[in-house]
Amino acid sequence: MFVARSIAADHKDLIHDVSFDFHGRRMATCSSDQSVKVWDKSESGDWHCTASWKTHSGSVWRVTWAHPEFGQVLASCSFDRTAAVWEEIVGESNDKLRGQSHWVKRTTLVDSRTSVTDVKFAPKHMGLMLATCSADGIVRIYEAPDVMNLSQWSLQHEISCKLSCSCISWNPSSSRAHSPMIAVGSDDSSPNAMAKVQIFEYNENTRKYAKAETLMTVTDPVHDIAFAPNLGRSFHILAIATKDVRIFTLKPVRKELTSSGGPTKFEIHIVAQFDNHNSQVWRVSWNITGTVLASSGDDGCVRLWKANYMDNWKCTGILKGNGSPVSGSSQQGNSNPSLGSNTPNLQHSLNGSSAGRKHS
Amino acid sequence: MEEMHQAAIAAKDASSSRQLSSQVSILSAMELIWNLCEILFIEVAPAGPLLLHLLDWVRLHICEVDSLLADVLGSENPSKHESFWKLVTILVLQGRLDEARQMLSKEADANPTSAGMCRILGDLMRTMPVLSPGNTQTLTELELKWQHWHEECERHLQDSTFASSPHLESLCKIMLGDEAALLEQKEHLNNWYHFLVTRLLYSHPTVKPTDLHFYAQSSLDLFLGGESSPEPLDNILMAAFEFDIHQVIKECSIALSNWWFVAHLTDLLDHCKLLQSHNLYFGSNMREFLLLEYASGLFAHHSLWQLGVDYFDYCPELGRVSLELHIERIPLSTEWKALKVLRICEQRQMTEQVRSVCKILAMKAVRNNRLGSALSWSIRAKDAAFATLVSDRFLRDYCEHGCFSDLDLIDNLGPAMMLSDRLTFLGKYREFHRLYGEKRFVDASFLLLSLMTSQIAPRSFWMTLLTDALPLLEQKQVIFSAEQTYELMRCLEDLTSGRPLCGEPDTQQLQDDDIEATKVEMLRLALARNLARAIIKEGSLEGS
Repeated sequence: MFVARSIAADHKDLIHDVSFDFHGRRMATCSSDQSVKVWDKSESGDWHCTASWKTHSGSVWRVTWAHPEFGQVLASCSFDRTAAVWEEIVGESNDKLRGQSHWVKRTTLVDSRTSVTDVKFAPKHMGLMLATCSADGIVRIYEAPDVMNLSQWSLQHEISCKLSCSCISWNPSSSRAHSPMIAVGSDDSSPNAMAKVQIFEYNENTRKYAKAETLMTVTDPVHDIAFAPNLGRSFHILAIATKDVRIFTLKPVRKELTSSGGPTKFEIHIVAQFDNHNSQVWRVSWNITGTVLASSGDDGCVRLWKANYMDNWKCTGILKGNGSPVSGSSQQGNSNPSLGSNTPNLQHSLNGSSAGRKHS
Repeated sequence: MEEMHQAAIAAKDASSSRQLSSQVSILSAMELIWNLCEILFIEVAPAGPLLLHLLDWVRLHICEVDSLLADVLGSENPSKHESFWKLVTILVLQGRLDEARQMLSKEADANPTSAGMCRILGDLMRTMPVLSPGNTQTLTELELKWQHWHEECERHLQDSTFASSPHLESLCKIMLGDEAALLEQKEHLNNWYHFLVTRLLYSHPTVKPTDLHFYAQSSLDLFLGGESSPEPLDNILMAAFEFDIHQVIKECSIALSNWWFVAHLTDLLDHCKLLQSHNLYFGSNMREFLLLEYASGLFAHHSLWQLGVDYFDYCPELGRVSLELHIERIPLSTEWKALKVLRICEQRQMTEQVRSVCKILAMKAVRNNRLGSALSWSIRAKDAAFATLVSDRFLRDYCEHGCFSDLDLIDNLGPAMMLSDRLTFLGKYREFHRLYGEKRFVDASFLLLSLMTSQIAPRSFWMTLLTDALPLLEQKQVIFSAEQTYELMRCLEDLTSGRPLCGEPDTQQLQDDDIEATKVEMLRLALARNLARAIIKEGSLEGS
């Protein structure tokens, strides 16, 4: 059972991304109106806009939160070829009374020569680190060595993907058995560009990221990509938003069988492929335990996918963008109960470009 | 459930009344299903006792007869009560023949003409063979006796014994298990499973569990009579009568809107080792799967998440890691909530989660300039690096404002002081101030010196420490010994010689340098004077 709540966002143009913070009580939206808005959830469950400011000189494509261990920190990336890191300043008591908070820019990352299409913070066990990807096909990884000084970021790695990149995802697994890993998706439409998903893995010996795998079967433009949280599995699960929803498992092949020192080889299997959206799928997002995947598409619907105890994936819920129920969704009985409140566990965003609809 | 029922009746407006009523009916349905599962799967009642259990089941879930019974008995003339025959019929349908007989005797008393018939029917009721618990007769014996009794009832019917009373005649037909007669009582039976049980009571009392589903299916069909189709509840009960546990769980999952019922039922069945024996090789996987689903759902609630913790504890495979992932996400809106989360994590040795939660809170405190809070969270997280950072802030604050905030905390650090060097220094430095305040100058001086010589004082702080030494140097009595004074002088020289000169000093820096230079001068003077006095004191004989 789902409850839909509409929020009048007041952005003056298309909203491209929505991101919840770690605890699900704060939300950031970004738009082609070049601004970012931060929303806070009150005790009664209402969302209030507590900050709204111009962040870039072009459309802002994505916005993302850092782990709260680093404080209240946001990163945004834009068509204006930059990515920026923002920190919330504890305001004057006047501001607090009015329910407003103040965000300051800590740094601007200007290395890209083209539109920066995605920015994501690395898992917290790697320190304060983020990755950006650009239309020029380069993934850049930055680190802030002093977490108390957010103005100092250094470019640690530049990974060339040879294809225009559209999205990235860090593998959240903190297991010592897994090296840091990042998946990159491409929406490159040139005829030479075939396989659109690449996986890069950090090598302790060379201290560099090297390509570990390419998903050869994904040949259509990829709009979003997301590693699932790891419940102690030895293998990884990756969801891809392309012309349909696809879920892959990547099982590391035992190291002794591969040449030592090289990147891990993976057995790749596709465990699910759903074209129910019947149109381009723009976003995929996992819940906390990596057991439910949410996808959104050009059909204006959000679909939820879940595996049963036999590891068969099925659709367990359909939500219309305007909050109305979809007929024939008898699977609603199986979906995660909301107990009357919004489930902040599910993070997803509607594609801003579909019907130019303001996020409601 | 009783309360909800009362609330539903007392509800002020129609919609809340409807909602409460629907909740009541859902709970009743769950109870119904649960009890049936207990009888069929857990008790595993064999033929004979099976029927008795089913009778109890029916009687338990249809309670209106008791109030009606009280009503009728309490009236002036029970047998003239408008609901008298309704009551008797219901009693017979439920197999409560003793009470039915009592009712008939009241009728016999009130109405002499029918007394004879009442007596006969009453005798039939009394003599119906039932399997009573503890009875040693075998099933075959029971069947035989029952057959005889059945034939006797049949004879009475053929002889038109009850012809003059349609009520009594219909009762007799019911007791013969006549389907048509039973179906006439649809209104009193209310549902097909009551019909099933009554039918079994009066036609196949020794029904075997394996045959149950035949009768169940035909009862359902007869009762619905093609007018309506089975509801989800009917499907669930039917699956139970077919002993298809998996189907029961599946149907319940579909029909109910949350996992509570299914999770608990599956858990119970798993504990009774029933899931394996029913060929569900993934049985305990399914139990854990459902429990995880239910617990995850609880975590979405602002206070029920605490129950979810216990459920995760009982999931051997994925419970711990699921709990780790969920508990990190609980919003730490109040200190109380944070402490609860920490206690839960500490009890389960989830050290990483403890560290993370404390770090989040410490960071929040630092940003809000609540240094004491930040320090206590860092200590709890055993985060030496952050403790150092916060201690530095404290010291910086002291330099700027000349006093400490959060004295209580620093005074009572205890062994936690050892977490980081900077923290130890902070604690000891505060102790120095305390000693000075208590005028225990000698102790204070020893402490001050040890702080400087033991290297735990950060270099940036040495000037402040030396400046703190000034009042001690200027006291009337000599506090620092010659030896100690030499140490202090050495530290001062160390400090002044070690300071690098940076590029082009601007006016502010020049001013600062001026102040620094003056301080150094004062210190040198004070140290020299103290040295002189100390040498004299130490060189003199006592008392002179």
